[in-house]
Amino acid sequence: MFDNILIYFVVIPLIMLGGLALCKNIKQIRTVAVIGSTALIVLSVVLLMGYLEQRAAGAMAEMLYVDSWTWFTPLNINLAVGVDGISVAMLMLSSIIVFAGTFASWKINPLPKEFFLWLILLSVGVFGFFISIDLFTMFMFYEVALIPMYLLIGVWGSGNKNYSAMKLTLMLMGGSAFLMLGLIGIYYHSAPEGGQLTWNILEISQNGAIDKGWQYFLFPLTFVGFGVLGAMFPFHTWSPDGHASAPTAVSMLHAGVLMKLGGYGCFRVAIYLMPEAANELSWIFLILTGISVVYGAFSACVQTDLKYINAYSSVSHCGLVLFAILMLNTTAMTGAIMQMLSHGLMTALFFALIGMIYGRTHTRDIRLMGGLMKIMPFLAVCYVIAGMASLGLPGLSGFVAEMTIFVGSFQHADMFHRVFTIVACCSIVITAVYILRVVGKLLFGPVQDKHHLELTDATWWERLSAITLIVCVAAIGCFPNFFNELINFTFDGSIFKVLGMN
Amino acid sequence: MDQITSILILALPLCMFLLLGIFGNKMSHKMAGILGTLGMGVTLILAYSTAFTYFFSGNELFVDAAGNRLQHLVFDQTWLAFTQHLVIKLGFLLDPISAMMLVVITTISFMVHLYSLGYMHGETGFQRYYAFLSLFSFSMLGLVVATNIFQMYIFWELVGASSYLLIGFYYTKPSAVSASKKAFIVTRFADLGFLIGILILSFYTETFDFMTMTNAPENVLASTGGAVFMGGSVLTWALVLIFMGGMGKSAMMPLHIWLPDAMEGPTPVSALIHAATMVVAGVFLVARMFPVYLMEVTALEIVTVVGALTALYAAIVACTQVDIKRVLAFSTISQIAFMMVALGVARPDIHEGVGYMASMFHLFTHAMFKALLFLGAGALIHAVHSNDYTAMGGLRKYMPVTHITFLIGCLAIAGIWPFAGFFSKDEILVAAFENNALWGVWMTAVAGLTSFYMFRLYYRIFWWNEPDYEHHGHVPHDAPWTMTLPLIILAAVSVVAGFIPFGELVTWSREAYEIHINWTVAGTSIAVAVAAIALATVMYRKENELPDKLASRFKGLWTAAHHRFYFDELYMFITHKIIFNLISRPIAWFDRHIIDGTMDMFATVTNKVSYAIRGLQSGNVQTYVWVYLLGTLLIAAVAVICLV
Amino acid sequence: MDITLMYYLIPSLIMFCCGVYGFITRKNMIAILISLELMLNAVDINFVVFNRFLFPGQLEGMFFTLFAIAIAAAETALAIAIIINIFRVAKNIDVRDLTKMKF
Repeated sequence: MFDNILIYFVVIPLIMLGGLALCKNIKQIRTVAVIGSTALIVLSVVLLMGYLEQRAAGAMAEMLYVDSWTWFTPLNINLAVGVDGISVAMLMLSSIIVFAGTFASWKINPLPKEFFLWLILLSVGVFGFFISIDLFTMFMFYEVALIPMYLLIGVWGSGNKNYSAMKLTLMLMGGSAFLMLGLIGIYYHSAPEGGQLTWNILEISQNGAIDKGWQYFLFPLTFVGFGVLGAMFPFHTWSPDGHASAPTAVSMLHAGVLMKLGGYGCFRVAIYLMPEAANELSWIFLILTGISVVYGAFSACVQTDLKYINAYSSVSHCGLVLFAILMLNTTAMTGAIMQMLSHGLMTALFFALIGMIYGRTHTRDIRLMGGLMKIMPFLAVCYVIAGMASLGLPGLSGFVAEMTIFVGSFQHADMFHRVFTIVACCSIVITAVYILRVVGKLLFGPVQDKHHLELTDATWWERLSAITLIVCVAAIGCFPNFFNELINFTFDGSIFKVLGMN
Repeated sequence: MDQITSILILALPLCMFLLLGIFGNKMSHKMAGILGTLGMGVTLILAYSTAFTYFFSGNELFVDAAGNRLQHLVFDQTWLAFTQHLVIKLGFLLDPISAMMLVVITTISFMVHLYSLGYMHGETGFQRYYAFLSLFSFSMLGLVVATNIFQMYIFWELVGASSYLLIGFYYTKPSAVSASKKAFIVTRFADLGFLIGILILSFYTETFDFMTMTNAPENVLASTGGAVFMGGSVLTWALVLIFMGGMGKSAMMPLHIWLPDAMEGPTPVSALIHAATMVVAGVFLVARMFPVYLMEVTALEIVTVVGALTALYAAIVACTQVDIKRVLAFSTISQIAFMMVALGVARPDIHEGVGYMASMFHLFTHAMFKALLFLGAGALIHAVHSNDYTAMGGLRKYMPVTHITFLIGCLAIAGIWPFAGFFSKDEILVAAFENNALWGVWMTAVAGLTSFYMFRLYYRIFWWNEPDYEHHGHVPHDAPWTMTLPLIILAAVSVVAGFIPFGELVTWSREAYEIHINWTVAGTSIAVAVAAIALATVMYRKENELPDKLASRFKGLWTAAHHRFYFDELYMFITHKIIFNLISRPIAWFDRHIIDGTMDMFATVTNKVSYAIRGLQSGNVQTYVWVYLLGTLLIAAVAVICLV
Repeated sequence: MDITLMYYLIPSLIMFCCGVYGFITRKNMIAILISLELMLNAVDINFVVFNRFLFPGQLEGMFFTLFAIAIAAAETALAIAIIINIFRVAKNIDVRDLTKMKF
């Protein structure tokens, strides 16, 4: 079992949990967290290298590092793991954000030990989700990732935290209910009459046994189920409240990684397993996600709370992810995955910076702040960079992701899809409006509050956290083809053969 | 032309940006300034050698046996492959217009670097300033050598961002912040059009590559298969949308509103970005795509109309502005519109496409003399500490160098022989007359207005009435050599640039062609210009009542022009009243109250219902037993009835 | 006189109904406990009687009754202990008044 590298993505966090349980003071906690998260980054880099090496050596299988261990025979539940380019990218993203999140919560108070315990438990769920290819274990890890959120927000949050924590948990659980129904449905139709039923994604897609009628029923269930986590209109309202109340590291992890679980799930389960229904029903969700994109951006224009602005911007950007996935062509989907990476990194950066600014000024209302560039230049410059990434400046990650999506989507043969692409394109202008509004108000202009003049700039751990993320954002922005090719391997697989598309 | 040189031309400014941006705070001002200027200097030498090699070496890579210049791909590296055909490459395309632009950009940029050593002396954020200048130079160079339309779009966005950063350089000043925001958003909006245009074009042609498109434009037309969308062919739509991007960057009406406000940035920045280089990107874009535009003459006609309207509008407004930088800004808008018109009226069958050559020629000369004027204005502002000409007057005695160079700039823009502007403007007018007499007359009138407002400005600054400088405790004087040297150099260029045989270097088909000055047209335009200058002399040479009288005589027109025909107010209305108050706010309200309200309602209803039925779960065992007994009896009764 | 099954079942039924009635109506916890015991004993009687009349050769019913008696004793001890503790805390053993642990 332990000769498969993937399993360590779950094992390391579990060891960290054990280590944290033994910790006695904040120093030890930090040591464990830093060592653990660094190990995760190293692991993901090793995985990336290994993966590319195998691909270069001509491994054409859809997934690599595939393995399966029986867990519960009567229902044929296995702990099945395997990765393709998308999962590798997602694992890298998660490990980077966990790393940055660790530094962003360097001075968490109160109960640091418990905070890190829950945070790491959450990351167990996240990593487990991305390595699994068994629907059941996937769902289990999905739930493991959701539950700690409630406590993390409820205990360490700010503002109206009880309400937000409850709302977030309940809405996501509501999504899970749909999802579970969908997954069980898939299980019972996973094999042709008389065959061995299975939860394994690869086997299900090979069997291709879900008939069209059932696909029509199961596709919306799974898509909405995952879509709730991907902040699809109209199931996105947990996002502003949840993010606004969550502590910094949790916002980072949630917006940066958890929301990606939604997009990833939509792709991996809903579309991958039920391509025919996806093809026929995509227009409904295309409208919804198209609305998400523009609507989120417009909503962000008039918010006054930094976190709300960012949460709505996430709605818009994540809407674009689902939008692109539904275009069902290689380029757009590659763009969707890039957008997940890009949005994950930059929104984590945003939330980290907002947390740092909030920690100093004790307000997130942009009307009460101004001229922070003079007071905390480092944080302000980082904020500008994050903003530029968000509005799609070339050289940073947002641009390549958005352009891949737009170009890909516009290649769609259907006029309706192309018109909707143009609608989605409009978001780049609105994004510029709200980003520049915040930047102008918050960072530039005269200092609004005299008390702010005494505030200090970033400490070393904050700098480390921000710089890590900025470097990654710039890396994607400058060398997109590396990621493009990493992701593209996946799309040579069988899914599009089912649809008869390229 | 080796690859290393071309890579260095792009890489040097970029490295300077990174160096100054990251380590700038650790350097002294002097160090940062000298580093930046040196970097630009080296780039200048490399660019000059590249352009010189391209134009004059006669290498078979650059010119064929018949003497036609060739397009040469120095390198073309894949950056992002969307599909098999749609690939963004980063490359270096050398052809007449890009070689010319290399010269323009590096010259002006170097002058500005040098000038800023004096102008920005002692400002906080000096290093940051030089870092941004380098970033801008990098982006602009990348833009002009773009091998494909997407590379151009990438650098297009980058110049936009560096312009944003530089306009907002004085970030503590609210007006600068809002100006930078405005500039970015307006051009972003235009870029949306550009992007959609690219999408449409690439959807049909399946390529981004300029050479593929422009060398066989008939294939581009054929690939659309005659598709029509809302009454226009899709190619027209695509080209007009792409032109919309150009309208944004080149400040064509109605997307011009950002440029006057952009003068909030430091004056050298205005000279570099908002007069000489970035704002002509739109012209460059249309020129780059020109063969494709020729396929759809409707699109070119739109270019002409937009250009002509903008030229007149900006010239009228320029006559009423008080802030000297704004006058120059409107003059820039008007001159760029000249270039657009020149492109719009160019047809291959009229004089070998003289309009195209004229447009590029004017781009070149305008860059020189407008940068000169802006830098001169910078020197004036530096000396007087005010942007308004009301604070100036009689300065010819105090600042002789600035005076002479500024005068040369004014003469050049007015189109007086033998200054540079004469030659290029004459060609434009010829092209306009050849296409349609209306445009010819129209543009001649605008040229007259140009002379008038420039000399109005000149007389108000250097003659008129002298304010009491000593009373303000500060007598203006010429700037230090770092500032005057660029003025002198640019003035010298403005005098002689007209004699460059442009027709042999830059033409639309890249065939050499000899410029003939059409003396009828030239004579008319000189006559108009001289008349306008004479009028300005009468009105503004000495302090008098005439301007005020005229202003009150045509009060309506004057006020409207002074307020720039209320374009800003209109935009304010649209953005604040309509977009913010009628779209964003309702959406935000809808989100909070309707969507979120529905979600909350589910929770509230669940909560209410459980409160309502919680009495059933009383915890009182005796009640349970009662209910149990009754239930048992009921079931027994039912069973008995059923069985019997 | 022949003593049939009915002779045992009817008193047992009466006992059971008394138990139910007492359980439902009494408010004193001791009284409720007594009613509960009454029902239990009624059931015990039934066990024994049914064993005696229906399966005379076997002893399961008898054993079951013995078990039930033993367990009832233990249960009563426990219940009384709880009641005493409640009384100590609440100074009251009226079930209607013991609502402290409800929502």
